[in-house]
Amino acid sequence: MPWHRKHLLTIEDLSRAEIEQLLATAGAFRRILDRKVKKVPALRGKTIVNLFLEPSTRTRISFEMAARFLSADVISFDAAASSTTKGETLRDTAQNIQALNADMIVLRHSASGAPLYLSRVLDIPVINAGDGAHEHPTQALLDVFTMREKLGNLQGRKVVILGDILFSRVARSNIHALTKLGADVTIVGPSTLVPHWFEAMGVKVSHNLRSALADADVVMLLRIQHERQASGHFPSLGEYTSMFGLNYTRAGWIKPDAIIMHPGPINRGVEIDSDIADSPRSVILQQVTNGIAVRMAALYLCAGGQPENVTTPVE
Amino acid sequence: MSPIWIKNGRVIDPASQRDKVGDVFIADGFIAKTLTPAQKKSAQVIDARGLVVCPGLVDIHVHFREPGQTHKETILTGSQAAAGGGFTTVVCMPNTSPPADNAGTVELINNAARHAAVHVYPTGCITVGMKGAQLAPYGSLKKAGVVAITDDGLCVSSNELMRRAVEYAKMFDLTVLDHCQDESLTAKAVMNEGVVSTRLGLQGWPHAAEDIIVARNIILSSYTGAHIHLQHISSAMSVELVRRAKKDKIKITAEATPHHIALTEEALGTYDTNFKMNPPLRTEADRKAIIAGLRDGTLDCIGTDHAPHAPEEKDKEFDYAPNGIIGLETALPVCLDVLVRKNKFKLPAVIDLMTRRGADILKLPAGTLAVGAAADVCVFDPDETWIYDTYQAFSKSINSPWNKQKMTGRVKTTIVSGKVVYQNGKII
Repeated sequence: MPWHRKHLLTIEDLSRAEIEQLLATAGAFRRILDRKVKKVPALRGKTIVNLFLEPSTRTRISFEMAARFLSADVISFDAAASSTTKGETLRDTAQNIQALNADMIVLRHSASGAPLYLSRVLDIPVINAGDGAHEHPTQALLDVFTMREKLGNLQGRKVVILGDILFSRVARSNIHALTKLGADVTIVGPSTLVPHWFEAMGVKVSHNLRSALADADVVMLLRIQHERQASGHFPSLGEYTSMFGLNYTRAGWIKPDAIIMHPGPINRGVEIDSDIADSPRSVILQQVTNGIAVRMAALYLCAGGQPENVTTPVE
Repeated sequence: MSPIWIKNGRVIDPASQRDKVGDVFIADGFIAKTLTPAQKKSAQVIDARGLVVCPGLVDIHVHFREPGQTHKETILTGSQAAAGGGFTTVVCMPNTSPPADNAGTVELINNAARHAAVHVYPTGCITVGMKGAQLAPYGSLKKAGVVAITDDGLCVSSNELMRRAVEYAKMFDLTVLDHCQDESLTAKAVMNEGVVSTRLGLQGWPHAAEDIIVARNIILSSYTGAHIHLQHISSAMSVELVRRAKKDKIKITAEATPHHIALTEEALGTYDTNFKMNPPLRTEADRKAIIAGLRDGTLDCIGTDHAPHAPEEKDKEFDYAPNGIIGLETALPVCLDVLVRKNKFKLPAVIDLMTRRGADILKLPAGTLAVGAAADVCVFDPDETWIYDTYQAFSKSINSPWNKQKMTGRVKTTIVSGKVVYQNGKII
């Protein structure tokens, strides 16, 4: 089946087959990352603009690396330095970038749905690098890529996502990806940040950390933002840590062969203790590396490449 | 002004319990029992065979944006949209720029209203600048001609101030219209809170925020004896609260919008800002409860909350677009579709909800074809299908969820004070 999507906006839109295609393509690119010379000519002559209207370090650098390894020219664009501060609308900013001959836009935006909006007003592909509390598709793809690397098939595997689910685009994209791949997802955290509405997305909602962790194959932690304390979602970071922080004792409740994940940036001592974050069970840094391969796949496919053309990279 | 003879239409006037094929006569701007032979000779004849002839529609909830936001709408363009939709009487909300919290601003509105296509009545603010801190001068607002008091769009959050507002307004026989929203529960909210907002990652507006203020207003109405009108009820629980209040004979009235009976939050899947309004579209259960409320009289009338915004204001990320949609030119076909066709309301009941009932809430001289009444008439074809196109329509703005949709039921003629103001697609 050929890849036919121009934009990568959400995981929700993707079929299981499309997720498999993205992961397979990422697998081929992942092998390239282990080579001495990591550059392939796939997107030579293309210009990719990273339009990041919300702060990001990891995702932006990851997309930049991915574009460069594909031999594309890449320009990154920060909200603070941009004309958006002069009142230019997203439509105008993006249409100008298109008129400047960009071939693709990677958008990070604080408003949910902004990438879909942009895909309606532009002719060039739009890749969602995180929109509000909605989706972060490449993050979920790199997460399931990493899980499959460690666990193989995810059918029937139990994945626990722990933390601020309500405001998390990472959680939503992962829920869609994991349920499509047959995994059994439980979300855990304080009731104010893990509302029952999520059950409609096909996951279990739990506020009991011990029972949720007991048979988990994957424990994915999400960053706790102190702003949520001010908005009354929990009393204090200290109370959060005392109830839901992953420490040495609680890590003992998890099966020994389970993996621990985090999309970063991590708050050591809040949602995860250092000895757990740095333990052999933690795959946090492997996630980061795999992120480049997944983003290479996303850029490559949305630029019109086909999966079969990258399945056998040559040294 | 020549007499008008509307012939052979199905004349529906709920106020006089008339529903019969016949004629309607208009002389000197008023509904007449009949015309003299001489008048008949000179009369403008409107052939209404196969059409419905009813009182001009009444909407006690519109935003015409004048003064101050005339790029969105003016009293003239808004009144033309009203005429095109069969409305002959509308009540303008005071959230203009500056807000109508003083007699001078109301006078500006009245001056523009004199050139409008339909009867346009102003309202005044509950509080100075709609800031929720100090009562506006209802006495001088009443003298200037306001027909109600409201901070529509903003709820008076202080219970004490709301209590004083309704007590003070009662002295002037002015009804307070309240937009029921506990803002402490809706910070940054852009749609109904629930399964869909969770999936879309949009900040939710829980119906509890409406219900709390509905309950508050019922309690204050009961305590003070003042009449409070609840605007655009969107939640099933609020409908139930009003139902109970009415059983208890509390002086509460309430309205529903066409969009809350026609659409649900499911429509927001593509982040289309033409489905963004306040209160937001809610669930199917809420929608059904509102329809049930209209059926059993819990909800008193239909109000459109016609809220124009310029295209560039709505063409934005969902979070940043303003709330509101236009509705005057689609209200009748939408209500015919939802209430008559899909929910088997009797046509006269729907006309009642769109005419007399709203007029009665604010004691407006409108909503009937009784002999001697002002000759405000709507003639429509209940079966004609047509495509609504915002660019062909009269409102200055295009923010409608029904653009390019097929509508059934079309206004043919609108008559205001005995003068044809709209006919067959044209403002006269």
